Amino acid sequence: MTSYEQSRVLMKGNEAFAEGAIRAGCDAYFGYPITPQTELLEYMARRMPELGRVFVQAESEVAAIYMVMGAAASGARAMTSSSSPGISLKQEGISYLAGNELPAVIVNVMRGGPGLGNVAPAQGDYFQATRGGGHGVYRTIVLAPASVQEALDLTALAFDLADRYRTPVMVLADGSVGQTMEPVVLKEYQRPQDLPPKDWAIGSCAGRMKRTLHSIGLEPEVLAEWNQRLQEKYARIREREVRWDGYGLEDAQLAVIAFGTSARVSLTAVRLAREAGLPIGLLRPVTLFPFPDREVADLAARVNGILVVEMNEGQMLEDVRRVAGSNCRVRFFGRLGGVVPAPEDVVSALWAFWEEVR
Amino acid sequence: MATEQLVLSRPRSQSETITHYCPGCSHGVVHRLVAEAVDGLGLRERAVLVAPVGCAVFAYNYFDFDGCEAAHGRAPAVATGIKRCRPDLFVFTYQGDGDLAAIGTAEIVHAAARGERISVVFVNNAVYGMTGGQMAPTTLAGQRTTSSPTGRDIARAGSPIRVCEMLATLDGPAYIARVSVHNPGAIRKAGAAIRRAFACQVADLGFSLVEVLGTCPTNWGLGPSEALRWLEENMTPHYPLGEFKVIEGVAGL
Amino acid sequence: MGGEVGRIEIDQERCKGCELCVVACPLQLIRMSNWINHLGYHPAEYRRPDPSKGRTRECTGCAVCGLVCPETAISVYRSLLEAAA
Repeated sequence: MTSYEQSRVLMKGNEAFAEGAIRAGCDAYFGYPITPQTELLEYMARRMPELGRVFVQAESEVAAIYMVMGAAASGARAMTSSSSPGISLKQEGISYLAGNELPAVIVNVMRGGPGLGNVAPAQGDYFQATRGGGHGVYRTIVLAPASVQEALDLTALAFDLADRYRTPVMVLADGSVGQTMEPVVLKEYQRPQDLPPKDWAIGSCAGRMKRTLHSIGLEPEVLAEWNQRLQEKYARIREREVRWDGYGLEDAQLAVIAFGTSARVSLTAVRLAREAGLPIGLLRPVTLFPFPDREVADLAARVNGILVVEMNEGQMLEDVRRVAGSNCRVRFFGRLGGVVPAPEDVVSALWAFWEEVR
Repeated sequence: MATEQLVLSRPRSQSETITHYCPGCSHGVVHRLVAEAVDGLGLRERAVLVAPVGCAVFAYNYFDFDGCEAAHGRAPAVATGIKRCRPDLFVFTYQGDGDLAAIGTAEIVHAAARGERISVVFVNNAVYGMTGGQMAPTTLAGQRTTSSPTGRDIARAGSPIRVCEMLATLDGPAYIARVSVHNPGAIRKAGAAIRRAFACQVADLGFSLVEVLGTCPTNWGLGPSEALRWLEENMTPHYPLGEFKVIEGVAGL
Repeated sequence: MGGEVGRIEIDQERCKGCELCVVACPLQLIRMSNWINHLGYHPAEYRRPDPSKGRTRECTGCAVCGLVCPETAISVYRSLLEAAA
C-alpha cells in the first residue's frame, strides 16, 4: 500500500473522532465547547470550512442537536459532540431524531458526574446511552471506542449505521480516550454501496408530492404502530450489529468484561494475571447497544466467574447480570468520580475473585 | 360585455386540508398570507417550513410544500441546519408566543444574531393557545389567563416582551417588522410585510422576521369580531406596528 | 348595463361560522344561514340582489370578505365592464 493510501499519524482522541467523521463524509457539524471534548469542536472549526462543509458553533448543546436534526432532515450526514452534562441537554433532541427516524451521529466524551462533576474520565452515562436516554420508546446504537484508532474507525462506522437504519448513533467514549494521543492508521474510507437512498429527506418538492417529517401520532393506535416499527428496527439491529472483542477467552475459567478505558486497563491486568498463571480472559463489548447478549451468555456458561470493571457504580454490570443469570458468579470492580483504576488494583481483585470461585 | 376575473381564492401553496384552528383564529389568515407570498415569489418548489409546537403544530399539513416539525422553541435551530446544508432552499419557521418568546428565546436571538438566511413568521396572540390559555411572555399587564387568573401582575410575573424591538438591536437581522390582522387594511399590510421578509431571504440579504399580532378568540373568551377589536384596542398600543429594521437592499424589495 | 361588478362563492363546507365576513362586508351582503354543515357550524351565505325582496345592493368585488376569512372559504370575482360607446 502506498504511503498516500495508508498513513500513520499521532493523533489525539478528540481529533480522531473529528477526522473519522470527515473521512466518512460528514457534511455538517454543530457543537459547543465543553471539557474534555472541546478539541473535537476546534478541529471541526478549522477543517470543515476548509472543505467547504458546514460548521456552526451553536449557542448551546440544545441548539446544536436541533441543527443536527435540520441538517439530517435535509439528507445531510450530520454530527454533534459533547460531554455528559451537554449530552443530558440533547436528550429531547435525540428522542426527536429517533422518532423522526433521522440518521445522526452524537459523540459523548464522558466526564465525572452527576451534576457539574468534573472533567476527569468516567463511564457514568452507560444507562443514559443504552436505555435511550430521552423520553419515549427508542434506543440508539451505542459504539464504545477504547483507543484513538477506534475513535476514528467507529465514528466513521457510526455514519454508515445511522444511514443504514435511519437512526441516531452515539459514540460513547470516556475523557481518557478523548484526551489520549496514540498512533492512528488513516485508511481510506469506503462508503458501503448498499445504503438505502434518502428518499424521505425534505427539500425541493419539484416533480413530486410534498413530504413532511414528524413524530406526532395523536391517535394511540397510530403511534403504537410507529412504535412497533421502531421496535422491529431495533430487533434487526440486535440481530446484525453486535460488535465485540476478546482476549484470552479460549481457555479462560475467569473473565473480565469491560468497555472503553476500563477495558484498556483490564487488558493490562489480564495480561499480567495470565503471565502469573491465572486462566483469565477479557470480553470487550464494542457495541453497548446492541449488547453482546449471546456472547456474554456463552461465556457465563463456560467460566466460573465474571468480573465487570467500570468507571461508575455498576451500570453495564446490570446487563451482564441480566444475561449471565445464575450460570456463573458476577462481581463488580468500580471506580467513581473520574478515578481511572490502576491495572495492579484490578489484578488484586482478580486474584481475590479467583480464590472465591476456583 | 364583461370579463370576470378571480381576484381572491385559495393560493396554490395552501393545501385543501380543512384546518383544526378555531373559528375566527388568526392563524388561518396568516397561513393564507404566507402561501400568497410563497406563490408570489415563485418559491413553492423549494420552500421548507419548520413547524412549531403550539396550535400551529400541524402547519405542514396546510401547505403544499415540504415541512418538518421541531421541538418546542427549536425551529430556528432546525431551520439553521436545513438552510446551512441546502442554501438553495427557501426555509422559514412559523412560531407562536411560547415557541419563540419563551422556551425558544435563545434560538431566535442567536439565529438572528448569526444572520441566518431564514425567515420567521411569529404569531403573537398574547396567550398560550394549544395548552388552554396560559400566560405567555407576551400577555399584557392585567390580562386574565388560566395561569394569571386575577390578571397578569407585573410585580410577580414581569412585563410583556417586545420581540421586534429586542431583536432589532442585533446586527444580524436584515428585516424586522410587526404587523396585525385586525382589519382588512392591516391584513393587506401584513401580507406585504411577509412578502418583503421572504424576498429578503430570496435576495440573500439576511435574517428576516415578521411578528403578526393575531387573535385567540377561544382563550380570550371573546367572539371572533370582539377579539379583533380587543387586539386593536389593547395590543397595538403595547406592540406598535411598523418596521424596526430595514437594511439597505431590503428597502427596495 | 346589467350584472354585478362583483360576485363571491362561499365554500360552505369549509366555513366555521366565525361571522368575520358578515361584519367585514361593507354592503352587508353576507349573513349566517340556519342549517349546519358537516363541521357542525352555521355557514355564511351570500345574499344576491333580489329586487322582488327589496335587495338592491350589489357586490363590488372588494374582496374584504375573502381577506378576513380564516378558512379562505370565499372566492371573489370581479367583472371588468366595458365602457358604453
